[in-house]
Parts: sequence; structure tokens; C-alpha cells
Amino acid sequence: MDQFILDLKQEKFNGSYDLAYKVINHLRKLISQTRWAHAKELMGVIRKEGKQLVAAQPSEYVIGNMVRRVLKIVREEYVRLLGKSEEFANTESLHKMLTSAETEDEKYMKSLKELKTTVMEAVSEYIDEMDASIHNIAAQAIEHIHSNEVILTIGKSRTVEAFLKQAAKKRKFHVIVVEGAPLYHGHELAASLAAHNIETTIITDSAVFAMMSRVNKVIIGTHSVLANGGLKAVSGAHIVAQAAYQHAVPLIVLGAMFKLCLLHYSDIGGSEATFNRLASPHRVLDYYKAGSQDLCNVQVYCPTFDYVPPELVTLFISNIGGNAPSYMYRLLSEMYHPNDHEL
Amino acid sequence: MQSADVGDPSKANKAVKKSVKKERRKEKISNKGDSSKSQQQQSVQQFDGAVAPKSKAELRAERRAKQEAERAAKTLKKEEQAKSNKAKGPQVSANLQVDDPKVQKKAAKKLEKQQVPQRTEGHKKVTLFSHLHQYERSVSITKDIGFGSTGIHPAIIKLGLQYAEGIITGSNARCAALMNAVCQLIADYETPPQKELARHLESKLKPAISFLNQCRPLSVSMGSAIKYMKIKITKIPSDMSDDKAKQELISDLQAFVHVNITLAKQAISNSACSKISDGDVVMIYGSSSLIIHVLNAAFKTGRNFRVVVVDGRPKLSGIRALRHLCRAGIKCSYVLISAVSYIMPEVTKVFLGAHGLLSNGYVMGSVGTSLVSMAAKARGVPVIVCCEAYKFCERVQTDSFVNNEIGDPRDLLATDGSSSGPLIKEDAYKNLDSLKVLHLTYDVTPPQYMAMVVTELGMLPCTSVPVVLRVRSFDT
Repeated sequence: MDQFILDLKQEKFNGSYDLAYKVINHLRKLISQTRWAHAKELMGVIRKEGKQLVAAQPSEYVIGNMVRRVLKIVREEYVRLLGKSEEFANTESLHKMLTSAETEDEKYMKSLKELKTTVMEAVSEYIDEMDASIHNIAAQAIEHIHSNEVILTIGKSRTVEAFLKQAAKKRKFHVIVVEGAPLYHGHELAASLAAHNIETTIITDSAVFAMMSRVNKVIIGTHSVLANGGLKAVSGAHIVAQAAYQHAVPLIVLGAMFKLCLLHYSDIGGSEATFNRLASPHRVLDYYKAGSQDLCNVQVYCPTFDYVPPELVTLFISNIGGNAPSYMYRLLSEMYHPNDHEL
Repeated sequence: MQSADVGDPSKANKAVKKSVKKERRKEKISNKGDSSKSQQQQSVQQFDGAVAPKSKAELRAERRAKQEAERAAKTLKKEEQAKSNKAKGPQVSANLQVDDPKVQKKAAKKLEKQQVPQRTEGHKKVTLFSHLHQYERSVSITKDIGFGSTGIHPAIIKLGLQYAEGIITGSNARCAALMNAVCQLIADYETPPQKELARHLESKLKPAISFLNQCRPLSVSMGSAIKYMKIKITKIPSDMSDDKAKQELISDLQAFVHVNITLAKQAISNSACSKISDGDVVMIYGSSSLIIHVLNAAFKTGRNFRVVVVDGRPKLSGIRALRHLCRAGIKCSYVLISAVSYIMPEVTKVFLGAHGLLSNGYVMGSVGTSLVSMAAKARGVPVIVCCEAYKFCERVQTDSFVNNEIGDPRDLLATDGSSSGPLIKEDAYKNLDSLKVLHLTYDVTPPQYMAMVVTELGMLPCTSVPVVLRVRSFDT
């Protein structure tokens, strides 16, 4: 277990899908290997481990999402095995509170033999759903891209790549890829799309406003979706979103449901900052130039993420379909149980 | 617009020359007829015994009358031509019609006549910009230039190379360097016999300007300077000696640089300083000599402020600004343009330099200026543009596509040194047919994002550009 936490601290993962997959496999191992008597104990074990994982890498919200999702799965399976409907586990009606057969302490404490197997099955099902999420999103591509469109995207998102490649099978369109300084992932995406014979043009971040008047749609991927419908996306996404808004160009965000998290945006700085991650300033101003006598007192910033407010987003496309950002908060209640909001 | 000016009179001249030639041919034929008649007359008269020399004088008088009639007809024709050309309206420069093969053929012929080498277009062109030149910096344009007496002056060749290689950048620097080189050209100029200084000097300047245009498209500041030059040259009185005319011209051009660049800089600094207060966090984009001067001046008056320098690829000119400011002792931060939203909550004011101001109030600046202004406006941060009055131009433009400078696309790709890293390598770029790379140089910012423009004539709204242009045209 410690090795995994060390890997998290050292950021040895490759994107949010990879991280989510690793976390949920880790939790599955945990469920199968530890000894627990009933559901409440199991949830306690998962919660404890979850706290450690989140503390190891607080800026990656996917970890917390996965932990809470597993907790929700456990609750659902428990309730289903007891024979009651799934809605029962969620609703907190006044009647239920006054006349419930179990008190708060007794809830989830009945020991059920089949709980372990059913929970393991449900978690595997969820992993399969996550695997298929990219394909589900890509399958909706043909509904949103018409021919001869000019589409703008920034950075490299595996979801956007699959989306565009799927649409290119049937339609001819043009893609403009913004570099995404200072990580320049846009170059990788452009090379991959061009290899699939999609007409691609690379532009610098500075040319976004100039090009926006000719763009029909902006399609971006995101790192996380926040509880208010806002985004935690790659650095540079906010100015792309603003430029799109100024030119009345729709902004479509692609993201699987596991990216949806309970947190809101907070711009607390200093040691408690969890929203943004500052990467090495070497990428912005390399040590060779900055080390000279002139520039030794310059503060150089290299943020990796940007907050995009929900007013700038037109549509979210996830594996369960398309939604407006104002609806995202409702989807939270389907994914996570309200008692799990605080780990 | 410059090449349009060059085109008009030469076209008119050609047409007039043709008509004159025709007339002369007709006259020769009629003269021959006349002379034969007069000879007959003479012979008849001699035969008759009438006075022969008198008829010669008569003939001379007749010829003089014909020549005067010819001259009157020529001036009439010229006026008509000028009128008809005015009716056609302003002509679009050939630099904006690269996708029209006829226009490009004409332009190529003109360059050949002026002995100016022409650049070859790049291999992979972005289709959205197929109406503009898209060059690649592969072969030096001056490889085949000779140093003959009819060629281009070496100072101009040196200047062209400095432009093409990016050694001289920034509109003020380019304009000042241009005036310097032209002063050298004028100093070394010798009027050939039988020719007038005013007309021949202009014909010497035209190939020089075409060459500089081929090295790097003319900036708005250079265009303004060239217009001033041409006006000064045409105003030289014909009775002035060549030496005196050259001296006056050189001092006029130097005065242009002094008044419009140096003095304007000081005037703008004085008024813009009043806009910076203690505790301000000023954001600048890229490197503008004027903005650096303003910030230095404000710092010297003892104001306490710090500067955030935003930079854009591939030029990364912000590093130059950073050096200047750090040397003066100003506290600086540095970010790339993708981090503008991250740093904007701290910023209180944005100061931007401009490449040129268009007549409809739009500001033409280095690419990324519009993005910074938009981001600032969205957070309610005032954007102040500082621009000298000589950079105002009569052009109108609403987007950044119709008129722009496309740089070498390989500037965005990986340099030869770095083997790793996510940037695409050049061979990969060449092999992928569907992949294009766009390197824009300028972009156009709408006036609603800007609070004001500070010029040496005062602090104006962006929409006052045509007013200033009118005032300046009455002055010169």
C-alpha cells in the first residue's frame, strides 16, 4: 500500500483516466485482502485509506471521486441485498427518520455473506464502464460535428482525440490545435490527428483571439468538472473559453463521469492551495537565460491548471450523454452519497 | 498602399508616352508629306522665282505651332488620365492578392525591372491565409545581388538583411534604421547629368523600398516615414543646388525621426506616468520600446509599482523587456500568455504598445495583444495603449486575416538542438501532409477592450484616429 502512496506523491501516473484506474484497482485489492465483518467496517476501512490517498496528492480530485464512488457502490449493494429498493438508501424522508427500523448506529451493520462478492462484481462493472467511457463519448461525435467545420481545441485530451478521429471517419472537417504552452501537448495531438489524415493546423496560444472569428466550435477536454459545473482544465483554457464567448462560439467539454467531483473552486493560495499545481519554471524561462545577472530576481510562474466558470461552457458531453453545466450538480447525487461528502 | 502609389504614376506615364509616340509618328508622316509638298513648293517657287527662305521660316513657324498644340494635347491627356485613375479608387496592394496569378505576374515583372530579387513562397501554405505571402527563411534573398552602380545601395542591402534575420525588430527601431539608411543613400547620391534631382532620386528610392519589402513586409511606421520622404522630395525647388537639396533632405529626415520618435516618446512618458500610481501592478505584453521608456520614467519619479511581463511564443520578446526593467531595478514577474487568467486577479492596469492604429479605431499589435486586452476587460482592468501619432494609418480592418504577416512556420517547431520534448520535429512536419503550422505576427484588437490611447497629442479614445490623421495631413 505504501508503494502506491509513494507513486501518487511522485506523480507517476499518465493522465486522469490512468490515475482513476490505478486508484480503483488499489481499492479493489483492499476490499478483497482486508478482513471486515460488515458493511460499516468496510466503509471505515475504505474511508481511512481514502484519506491517506487524498492527502498524498490533494490536487488530483479523481482520487477522492473514486473513493466516494466505491463507498456509494458498497451502500447500494448492501441495500439491494437487504431486499429494499436503491432509492431507499438515498432518501432521507421525515417519515423514515422517525419510524426507521434501524437506528443510525445499526445501519449497514448486518453481516451478509454475499456482500463481498457483490461488491467486487459491482466494482468490476464500474471499471468496465470507465473503460468504455471514451468509446461512449466518441460514439456521440457524429451528432455534433458537421462537414467543413473548423474546430478548435487546446492541449491534448485522449477523449477529444478519440472524438475527432471517430467523426473523421464519416465527415471532413478542419481542426485548429492550440499549442498549450508551456507543456506543448498540442503538438502531440496535432501529429496524431494529421497521421489520421485530418486537416490540422497548429497555432500558438497568442493567436487564439485572432483565429476565433473563423472557428465554428471549440471542443476541449478537462481534468475535472467541479460541483458548480465549472472546469479545472489545462492552463490556457480560460482565455480560449473567454475568446469563444466573445465571438459567440459554442464551447463543448468532453469528460467521462468519473471526472465529476464534489468540490467547488477555491483560489486559496499558499501552503493550503489545492486547486493549482505550479510546475517547474524552467519550462517558462529556462535556467540558462534566467540564471544571468539581470534576471535573477524575477518571479516566474508556471501554473498547470485553469478555472473555467460554468457561464462560459455551452455543453458537457459525458458517457451518459449531453448535459448543460447547470445540471451537473444533480448528477452528483447519482454518483456519490451525501454522507460521503466528508471523508 | 505604397506599391499602389508607385503603380499609378508609372502607369499614367506609360499611357501618356504611348499616345505621344503615336502623335510623333503621325506628325513624322505628315511632316514627310509636308516636306515633300514644301519641296515641291520650293521647286515650283524657285521655278517661279519666288523667295525660298521665307517659306522655310513659314515652315518653322508651322512646326512650332504644331509642337505647342502637341504639348497642350499632352497636358490635356495627362489630366484626363489622372481623372480616370482617380475614378478607379484606391488600389489593393499586390501583397494582399497572392492567390491571384495575374497580379503576381505583374508584381514579379516590376521587381525584375527594378533588379530586386524575389523571394520564393514556402512549401506548405495555410489555406486560410492563401491571399498572403507565406515565406520560409531557407535561402538568403541577397545571394545573387551584385554591387554594381545601378544596383541597390549597400546600406539598404545591410538594412534588408537585418530586417530579414530579425536583428532589428520593433516599429520605432525599424523606422529609425530606415531613415538612417536612406540618409546614407542620399549622401552618396550623385545626380546624373541632364536629370533632375527630385525625379531621379525618387526612381532610386523605389527599388530600395521594393527590396526592403521583399526582405520583410513594411511596417506601418516605415510606411508613414516613406510617405513623408516622398513628399519632401517632390517639394524640392528646381532651382536649388544639388548639394544644398541633399543637405536639406537629410536634415528633414533626421528631424522626422527626432520629432516623431524621440520627442514623442518623452511627451507620451510624461502623460502616461500620471496614470501609474503607488502600489500598482502593471501588466505589459511582449516588448515595446515606448512602454519600457514609460515604465522607466515612472520608476524614476519614485513611484512604487511592480510589473508583470506576459510573453508569447515563438518570438519571446518579453525577455528583452524583462532585462531592461530589471536593470532599472523594477520588481518583475514573468508568465506565458496561457497563464494570463492565473495572474490577472493581481493586476491593476495593463499597458500595451501598438504597431499601428487603424482608422476604424482598431489597434494593430503583436499577436496576443487582443487576448490580453480581452482578458483584462473581462475582469474590469483598464487597458492603456501608448502609441506615437505617426503610426496612425488610413487603413481599415476588422479581423486579423485580411492583412497580416505570416512568419516562418518552422519557428514554432523543435529546434535542431533539442532532441526530446513534445514539440514536433521538422522532418515529422514535412512528412505529414495534413499538418500545417501557422505563425502569425500581428493581430487586431477591437476598440471596446481599450480604455484610451496615449499619444503625444494627448490622451484620446481609439476612435479619434481619423481626426488626428486629418490634423496631421494639414500640417505637412
